[in-house]
Amino acid sequence: MAVQTSFNKDAADPPTTPQSQQANRVKRSWLLSTPALVVLFIGASGPLLIVLLYSFLQAGDYGGVEWAWSIDGWVKVFLSRDIFDDTLSIADAHVTILWRSMRLSFLTTMIALLLGFPTAYFIATRPMRTRSLWLFLITIPFWTNLLIRTFAILEVIRNQGVINSFLMGMGFTEEPIQMLYTDFAIMVGMAYVYLPLMVLPIYASMEKLDFRLVEAGYDLYATRFRVLRKIIFPLVKPGVVAGSILVFIPSLGAYVTPRVLGGGKHMMLGNLIELQFGQGRNWPLGAALSITLLALVMAALIVYVGTVQKQDRGHG
Amino acid sequence: MHLGPISAAGNISWLIPMGSASVPSNLKRSDTGPGAAKTKKWAGALNRDDNFAIEIRNATKVFGAGEGAVVAVKDVSLSIRENEFLTLLGPSGCGKTTLLRMIAGFDHPTKGEILLEGRDISGLPPYQRPVNTVFQSYALFPHMTVAQNIGFGLEMQDKPAKEVKETVERMLALVRMSELKDRRTDQISGGQQQRVALARALAPHPKVLLLDEPLSALDYKLRKEMQIELKRLQHETGITFVFVTHDQEEALTMSDRIAVMQLGEVLQLGSPRDIYDHPAERFVADFIGDTNFLNANVVAVDGRSAQLRLASGREIAADLPEGFAPVAGDRVTAVVRPEHASLASASGDYDLLGTLTNIVYVGTDTHYYVAPENGETANGETFVARLQNTRDGTQAGQVGEPIGVCLQQNSIQVLRD
Repeated sequence: MAVQTSFNKDAADPPTTPQSQQANRVKRSWLLSTPALVVLFIGASGPLLIVLLYSFLQAGDYGGVEWAWSIDGWVKVFLSRDIFDDTLSIADAHVTILWRSMRLSFLTTMIALLLGFPTAYFIATRPMRTRSLWLFLITIPFWTNLLIRTFAILEVIRNQGVINSFLMGMGFTEEPIQMLYTDFAIMVGMAYVYLPLMVLPIYASMEKLDFRLVEAGYDLYATRFRVLRKIIFPLVKPGVVAGSILVFIPSLGAYVTPRVLGGGKHMMLGNLIELQFGQGRNWPLGAALSITLLALVMAALIVYVGTVQKQDRGHG
Repeated sequence: MHLGPISAAGNISWLIPMGSASVPSNLKRSDTGPGAAKTKKWAGALNRDDNFAIEIRNATKVFGAGEGAVVAVKDVSLSIRENEFLTLLGPSGCGKTTLLRMIAGFDHPTKGEILLEGRDISGLPPYQRPVNTVFQSYALFPHMTVAQNIGFGLEMQDKPAKEVKETVERMLALVRMSELKDRRTDQISGGQQQRVALARALAPHPKVLLLDEPLSALDYKLRKEMQIELKRLQHETGITFVFVTHDQEEALTMSDRIAVMQLGEVLQLGSPRDIYDHPAERFVADFIGDTNFLNANVVAVDGRSAQLRLASGREIAADLPEGFAPVAGDRVTAVVRPEHASLASASGDYDLLGTLTNIVYVGTDTHYYVAPENGETANGETFVARLQNTRDGTQAGQVGEPIGVCLQQNSIQVLRD
């Protein structure tokens, strides 16, 4: 209020009627959001515009960009140019990496949901006193650096690691099972790393759930599974949606986990992008791939939210 | 909003169990073996008094363990007749809701068993019991419409879609909610939610309907109307109602029988008139209605009645509770309801004498507070007499003046000590 009054004092032409004063105030009130807009531009839109711009420039010989327009970066997202005769063909490697990124992110989200939903339910059904302890335990991994957590997983699943040592020690297998440097390893690593991001939003929804509704469901002949499907799940769906988004998005762009657990061969989009800005020295391609990733995330979100809303309408 | 009779729009006859009269009377219900139960399943209801819908046998419920253990229900045995409106009445924490939850299957008795039509259901989960509950909070599903809520139980029983639809329509008509069937449950009023909750619980036609203080959230007028409607629904559907309340007036209005509970025990079980006129325990007398407690000495005992001498020296006849046989000379506590006393001149004939300390006008009646002179009342409490008002506005006495109190014949009840 005080701020707005001072704006009115500064006004060059003093308002004559209360109506115009009101209109002036409304007209200028957007100025109040200037700090937020500046932060948004510097932090989000600005860099994005730079990336978009770079994707339409020519690659510099030693990295960076030449200031000349080119769509080569975008062409190379899905097509590769033969180095001898310049013919274009589908970039198999890129498509494979794209498909792997989507597939692994989807599977990671599903694993996190399968593990996270029961975990959130468990915590939400504990007595009030112990709930914060369980939540605390869930958040403990966040205290450690992502890289270190990833190396911990590596230690568990490598050929001489905990699991293989145990299996070989018990005589279940002669040779160690190759888990490291596979898609499976990446999936396990990402599910582990992003699980809390699934648990917390689901817990937040679950905590608000009136468990008397669950009793009402049991009372009306619904078995445990049906209570879960018909009552609990629809009511905590906002949390499930939020958790899925929070896991899927960083999974799609994951860099450290596929790098460490996938080795060099099992790349995901994040690694491919890094490659273009590093050894590949093709910044426009890297920029184009980044924009592609962004578009994929947005498309996935739109499809997902659309599906969920359609289900809601189905419920009436 | 005024509610008419909610069943007016719907025909209820379909709710009454088919062929209930044709079940042979030699089909005894005493068999409790698993084989017998299996062949019989949930056989049709026998409309005979000695058939119990619910039998609770020595049920005890302990929450927690060790030092912190709380005994919510203590060795309760209770038989609920078929097509009976039974009320569990008591203050909060008396175990009435726990008892109801054990019948519903949300809690399991620590000891004892619960029989439904002769079959032990103590071990069954709620979804396998043909018993439905109207919850205090209504617990309507917020993500479903009114109609979907009502149809939920039938759908979970895998009834054909056509049957579900027809039953839902009938239930909607029964509780006069047809107009609002596509509303969400947060778009209807509290009274309407109450009726939806009732329709939802009645739709699968349970053997027993459990009602957990369902009227406590309604305003006074709506509550009065729902009391009468509930009673009517119960009568017309033939379903056994078990009603939990802490409201003694509600209990007296609706019940066939009332079980008064305190500290996990059933203190007295009887018809509303029994409970009101012949309270056996001090708690029952105190909890239901207003009561005057009198100190008295037993002069003579004759069967279920006794001759008592009050502190004033007057002798008066009183009823004895079942299973209580004092002998002459014993000191007992007797109760008399305020409306069973009248006032008399201090110079005339009276049962006890005191000073009029207060006169309270309450519309239909006037309450006269009398401080007894000779300690006739227990703990020296003020005696209250309630006299019905007449249009001429005369008062029976003046505050500060001595006044006599007369007790009506056959209105004194001795309490079990």
